[in-house]
Order: sequence, then C-alpha cells, then structure tokens
Amino acid sequence: MINIKYFASLRESLGKQQDQIPCPSPCTVEQAWTQANPDTAPPEHILVAINQEYASLDAALKSGDEVAFFPPVTGG
Amino acid sequence: MDNVRLLDRAYNPWALLEAFQQARFADATDFGATAVFTGTMRDFNEGDDVAKMYLEHYPGMTLRYLQTLADTAKQRWSLNDCLIVHRYGDINPGETIVLTAAWSAHRGAAFDACRYLIEDLKHHAPFWKKETLANGDTRWVAENTPG
Repeated sequence: MINIKYFASLRESLGKQQDQIPCPSPCTVEQAWTQANPDTAPPEHILVAINQEYASLDAALKSGDEVAFFPPVTGG
Repeated sequence: MDNVRLLDRAYNPWALLEAFQQARFADATDFGATAVFTGTMRDFNEGDDVAKMYLEHYPGMTLRYLQTLADTAKQRWSLNDCLIVHRYGDINPGETIVLTAAWSAHRGAAFDACRYLIEDLKHHAPFWKKETLANGDTRWVAENTPG
C-alpha cells in the first residue's frame, strides 16, 4: 500500500487529507496521484515528498511509502 | 541544546536567543560575530488588513528538513553554531514567526549563513500560511515575497 497525504490549499480543494492505494509495481508518484485522483490533474506547481524528503513526479514508489502532495511553501 | 525548534505559541525571540547563547556558549570566547534574522507577522498583505494567520506544516517532515538545513549551513560555513526557530498554528500580528541566527569567528560567515537559513527555509520548508482578513475572509498565501 501507498499512503498519500495532502496539505494546505490542495487538501481543501480535494476535500480530503489522505488516501491509501495499492502499489502495483512499478509505480511512480504521478501514477499514484492518478490512481487516487482519476478526475483531477496534478496542479502545475505541485510539490512532492516521499517519506518526508523532496522528490519528483516521476520518482518510483515502493509499498509502505508515504507520499505527500502540497502547494508551494510559504513559511518564514 | 536543540538548534532547531518548532513552537506552537508566542515566544520572545530575544529571550530565546539569550537563553540559547548562554546554554550553548556559556564561557566561550571564540566567536566574534552573531547574525540574527527575525520575521514578524504583519497586519497587512497585498493591500488588505490581516487580522490573524494560521500556519500549517507537515509534522513528519518539517523538523527533519530544518535540521538538515542547519547541518548544511554548518558544513558550508565555519560556524560555532546556528539556530532556527519557527512557529506553527494560530498567530497574531506582531508575533514573531521565525528566528534564524548564526555564530562565527567573523561577520562574513555569520551574515551569509543567517541569510542562507532564512532564504532556504522560505523556499523549501513545508509551511503554509492561511490568512484571516479584517473582513473575516480567509485565503491561503500563494507565494512568499521575493525578498
């Protein structure tokens, strides 16, 4: 399984804060997004983290990974 | 002494700095420069009056990212130490959001490392600001100002 988390404005626009999907091997981050959100393309400036570290949409996932999607950050 | 901290309530950055410096460098005489940046919540943004703010973050990632950032600064410059403090949760105008500081033998490394800490944090640390305007409307801040 892949655990997906959504943050901030993306969480609000999708209306959910997490998903859990099966992990067909091989599976990229973008494929995981499409499986969890078949009717919604990933936003243009979306950021991705795998297991709490920045990654790209074409990075590979393995079962048990936590993948997070979020908008550009605005801390500081 | 933790040099990276997340706080869920208001803090006095100057008292925190003094306590950190006392605990970390009590009798040290080998640093000549201390550079500090504090970021304070304004009561206006993009032409609107802002009443309060909520700062969301990614609990599993934030501390880890900031610790790596502090470690990277210490590898890149010759620092005695550095410090990053950041709020999350509900914040009111006038309260300190962020504090970065760097201690080194000479001012160049301290200034450069302090600037690096805040600029990298603003571009990469997983925080998101949601403003409540004076008229009650709420909105996510889309992007940080360039400088």
